[in-house]
Amino acid sequence: MRQVENSALDDALVVIDNLHFAHSFGAHQVYRNLSMRVPRGKITAVMGPSGIGKTTLLRLIGAQLYPQQGSIEFAGHNVHQLNRRDLYELRKRMSMLFQSGALFTDMTVYDNIAFPLREHSQLPEEIIDTIVKMKLEAVGLRGARDLMPAELSGGMARRAALARAIALDPELILYDEPFAGQDPISMGVIVKLIKELNASLGLTSIVVTHDIAEVMTIADYVYILADKQVVGHGTPAQLKQSDDPLIHQFLHGEADGPVPFHYAAASLEDDLLGSDHA
Amino acid sequence: MESRNTQLAVGLFVIIGILALLFLGLKAANTNVLTNGETYKLFAKFDNIGGLKERSPVKVGGVVVGRVSKISLVGDYYEPLVEMTISKEYNEFSDTTSVSILTSGLLGEQYIGLNPGFIDDTVEMLEDGDYIYDTKSALVLEDLIGQFLFGQGND
Amino acid sequence: MLNRVAALGKVTLDAIAGAGAALFMLMRALFGKPQLRKSWPLLMQQMYSVGVLSLLIIVVSGLFIGMVLGLQGYTILVDFGAEQSLGPMVALSLLRELGPVVTALLFAGRAGSALTAEIGLMKATEQLSSLEMMGVDPLRRVISPRFWAGFYSMPILALVFSAVGIYGGYLVGVRWLGVDDGAFWSVMQSNVEWGQDILNGVIKSLVFAFVVTWIALHKGYQCTPTSVGISRATTSTVVTASLAVLGLDFVLTALMFG
Repeated sequence: MRQVENSALDDALVVIDNLHFAHSFGAHQVYRNLSMRVPRGKITAVMGPSGIGKTTLLRLIGAQLYPQQGSIEFAGHNVHQLNRRDLYELRKRMSMLFQSGALFTDMTVYDNIAFPLREHSQLPEEIIDTIVKMKLEAVGLRGARDLMPAELSGGMARRAALARAIALDPELILYDEPFAGQDPISMGVIVKLIKELNASLGLTSIVVTHDIAEVMTIADYVYILADKQVVGHGTPAQLKQSDDPLIHQFLHGEADGPVPFHYAAASLEDDLLGSDHA
Repeated sequence: MESRNTQLAVGLFVIIGILALLFLGLKAANTNVLTNGETYKLFAKFDNIGGLKERSPVKVGGVVVGRVSKISLVGDYYEPLVEMTISKEYNEFSDTTSVSILTSGLLGEQYIGLNPGFIDDTVEMLEDGDYIYDTKSALVLEDLIGQFLFGQGND
Repeated sequence: MLNRVAALGKVTLDAIAGAGAALFMLMRALFGKPQLRKSWPLLMQQMYSVGVLSLLIIVVSGLFIGMVLGLQGYTILVDFGAEQSLGPMVALSLLRELGPVVTALLFAGRAGSALTAEIGLMKATEQLSSLEMMGVDPLRRVISPRFWAGFYSMPILALVFSAVGIYGGYLVGVRWLGVDDGAFWSVMQSNVEWGQDILNGVIKSLVFAFVVTWIALHKGYQCTPTSVGISRATTSTVVTASLAVLGLDFVLTALMFG
């Protein structure tokens, strides 16, 4: 693993330190000794093969899950040591774009975006109306405000969800696989939106994904996860020049390498000949 | 607008519920004055109350005027004492009134029959807390059969 | 052998953990800081989908069950020359038992399963997580209004059921089979008590409402967020809630009328 010196890392919004996490009473270890720093005002990409628990990482940052060891600090607060009220208060400063969009199916796009404002601000309805229209404009869905989520295409739903995520002007946005299952055009739109929003609103973004090509174009800093820990990190340019076989395999999408193609199993001969069932 | 319609529907729903309760309360259930209304209490001692229970009706000529509110044993000889709660509407019983424990039909529930006594200048009216002394106990089937057999033997 | 014991231990632990989680969920949903301005419209909406939309099935079933009671009761009672007791028979069986119990069973099937599926789906589509990440407690926003809606709706539905059922019994007994109109109502009135029958029926249906809604919400909230998980949770809601209602009904009947 190569250590990269980078002055931008000094001002970190999220600091993950020595994290151990396992699902369901230690049966399935997800992270061992995971450490990460997410610089303020930048787009940080977290990449890794499917099933590595990238979504779990976001849930840990949002304190929906609790680690067995280690700490996660958001803006100087250890998120797992806050009481409920402070945690809910802190969550207003971050938002998460879920893979499915997670729009509330029983309200219109407009009401979905107005929801966090109505819930958390005491603003009068006229001001909320203005904010909602501006957020919709930012994602290009002002014309779709009276549609129900079920009437939106996948790409539009994700954009609407993005508008909702930025409704309260958070400091941090967590993107969970924002590119998964999108056609090339809506993928391009979302890539552009993430970049623009980050720049114009002064956000910090964490993008969890396995779509390398897209994210390498917008990320300021990249972490690669494999085998329960960080196996490489650096700016996209630094990573492309890396000669670490794992990073190389991942960035170039090779089928077999340090990350094996096969899920751990007995050898094919044994399986086919049934030696252990004989 | 949609939420207004929702509220309207829920309001109607609650009204239907209240109407159902009123229907059950007024049309199906016992609406006699005793459940609320003003009442007074009378007491009567019996030798045997048979199958009388609390809440059994007290009737005059078949009309319910009150209910048994309490049954207890009193005195050195443990005599059954029945407390009756009677509607204030019927407060003109004289102290010559008698009570008996009767059965409605062959297999029916037992109830208290109140037979109003005569009224003239010499009698007083029963008031709250008074005792009725002229009582007739319940007929117990076994006793009847016993008497019948005993009577047969004597013949 | 040891494996069996271990399996039993695991089942027991899971059951205790499940009950604890259910209790915890309910506590947090109900004893949060109430926000009347926000929760009133939510309650209205849920009363609509849980209560108003269940009205039709309740009215139709109530009518038919009342009619069947009228018919069956008449054929039995007429043998004893006691057909004038048809009124109290219909009214008492509805008010004491069938009203609360059948309503609860229908409610579990109609509204309970819908609640479980809705919440399960909200979980599967990450809407619950999304609420949490927005700093909105899903227990208070999603669970609590649904719970109260179920709790208030079911007694109303049970009353409607009993009223319609008595009317159904009246239709068959009096209008069709010719039991005396006056006797039908007056014998009913002299046998049905406010406290003993109507109030106890309402108490029963409040208990059932509590249990059925709780089970439905808990099953939805704890379900595995996949299509199989949701369908299992929905089935489990109907089965568990129905069994709980029947079991509790016995206990309550023993306490009230025993």
